[in-house]
This record gives sequence, C-alpha cells and structure tokens, in this order.
Amino acid sequence: MLETLRKNRRARLTQGFLAGLVFGVLLEKGGVGNYDVILGQLLLTDYTVLKIMLSAVVTGMLGVHAMKSLGWVSLHPKPGSFGTSIVGGLIFGVAFAVGGFCPGTAAAAVGSGHLDALFGGLAGMIVGSALFAAAYPELKKSILDTGHFGRVRLPELLKVNDWVVVLPVAIAIVGLLWWLETAGL
Amino acid sequence: MGWFGAERWSPYTVGIGIGVLSWLTLLLSDKFIGCSTPIARVAGMIERLFRGEKAASRPYYKLFPPTVVWDLMFLIGILFGAFISARASGTFEIRWVTDLWVSRFGDAALLRVIVGFVGGILMGIGSRWAGGCTSGHGISGTMQLAVSGWLAAICFFVGGIITAKLIY
Repeated sequence: MLETLRKNRRARLTQGFLAGLVFGVLLEKGGVGNYDVILGQLLLTDYTVLKIMLSAVVTGMLGVHAMKSLGWVSLHPKPGSFGTSIVGGLIFGVAFAVGGFCPGTAAAAVGSGHLDALFGGLAGMIVGSALFAAAYPELKKSILDTGHFGRVRLPELLKVNDWVVVLPVAIAIVGLLWWLETAGL
Repeated sequence: MGWFGAERWSPYTVGIGIGVLSWLTLLLSDKFIGCSTPIARVAGMIERLFRGEKAASRPYYKLFPPTVVWDLMFLIGILFGAFISARASGTFEIRWVTDLWVSRFGDAALLRVIVGFVGGILMGIGSRWAGGCTSGHGISGTMQLAVSGWLAAICFFVGGIITAKLIY
C-alpha cells in the first residue's frame, strides 16, 4: 500500500495538497505569515520563528532517523557547495529581511489576507526564480559548483553512525530552546 | 471557539506539528517539505505561457519541470490551509501593511508592495541559488543533518540579521 501511495499520481497530488493544508494551518497558527514576526526574529526581539524551526527540526530529526534505522524510508539530502549554500544563503537572508517573507510564509500570509505577500512577495519570487533560471547556465559554469560537497550529511562527514550526531544535536537544540524560555526570549 | 479557532498556538506545538508532518510526508509520499521548488515551476509555467516552448526548454526547467507535482500541490495547500485557519479564528483580513512596517515606512500600500516585490525577486533568486528555502533547507535539510541544509540555514540567518539591523 505504501508503494501505491508513493507512486500513484493522483494519490501523490492529494497527499501533497493535504500536507500543504496542514502546513498552512500550522504556519498561520504559528503567526509566521507576517512581516512583523519574521523581522522580529531577524532583529532578535521575537524568537517565534527560531522556536518553531528548532522544535520542528528536533522532532523531525528523531522521527526520520528512527524510520531510516527501521528501513522504512530513505533520506533525500540536497546537494550543495560553498557557491550555492553560502552565496545563495546570504542572498536569501538579505531578501528575507527586505521583503519579510520566504516562499512558505508568503503563501501563508496570502491565505490570511496580506495582499502585499501576493502582489509583492509571491509575484516577486516568481520573477526572481525566472531570472535565476535564465542566468543558471552561466552561474553553473562560474560559481555554483565552487567548493562542491554534494549530498553529504554530517554523520558521513564525521564517519560515524547517525545517532552519534542525532542525539547530541537533539540535546543541544532542546537545551537552546530551554535557555531561550528561561531567558524570557 | 475551540483549539482550531484559536488565534495563535504555541511555537512548540507548531514546530512539533511540522516535525510530525515531515515524518508522514516522508513515510507516505517519500517527500520532504519544501516551498521554493514549486515557485520555480510556476515561473517556468508562466515563462512558457508568454514566451513559448523556447523558454520552457531552459536547462534549469529540465531540472525542475513546470509540471503539477507533489510540491506544487503542497504550496497550493498552504494557501488554503492558512485561509481556513485564519477564517476559523476570525483573523482573516485583507490588508497591505503591518505595524512594524508602518512604524518605519508609513502605511502606503504601494511602497510596501514595491519593496515586497523587490524582496521577492531577491528571494526567488536567493532561494533557487541556495537550492532551497527555510522549509527545504532550514527544516527538511537540517533534520536530515545535510551539510547543505545546515550551511544554508546559518547563512539565511546571518544575512537576514545583518540586513534587518541595517534597515532598522
């Protein structure tokens, strides 16, 4: 049955939509479909974004690695390089602060009625993606593969079992969240 | 009103919810959540609409074809989910600006849309350049302990924090 769910086109599209529906609810209830909350995080006055992301990462990390150990799933790490992760990441950061949205939170903002996220945010993101697509062949030749490290994951890099990294990272994340709470942030 | 009608949930509830959602999408769909790839697909679809098949044959669109697939339905789902959620709590409201923005830049909708558009263009470029966004790298990548995810996520915040401090 898992095979059907994963392979059948209509099943996949339905699952994608339902998953998006749930994610949209979560983003909206989390309050992150909002310029003030995003900028609040980047100005380090409102830690909602970080709390949500870290909670998601620790929960997700434990679950997916458990399923991987059970042989139920495979992971899909994205490839990367210094040219993509660092340069692209920094451009993303600038954009995040200027616009106050990323793709997911922009979509959530539109759903809540923020029209600047539609006519400004999402529209701009589509244009930006098209510009990148047009520039891609040249960028690929020049910078995108600089310092290429591929789909490597930390356990592989450190040559250890997954859990040697997962457990300390989980503890560190929970520790950071606990510290944020006690510090009143 | 009930829990679904609440205006806000604790960030921990939301975060754990996203984590559990990720378990399910991986197990059932063999997918990790991400939001920038579908934007690139929509860009391809629109380019194809305006400039025909020549535009759609760009190498980049061979990597990320402008087709209706899981991630595109996911993005569409977000729109609906956020809408239903906002309606349930009575917080759905058509608006153009938020308080922090107004305090710094005034309440003119046009300015907000223009800056949002410029920020959006940079976001479209940055997210595809990095190969993912806060969901794809920041959550999905980091939870897999992918070096690309951790590196990108750290740079998102470094770039964002420096820029925000400069603006405000």
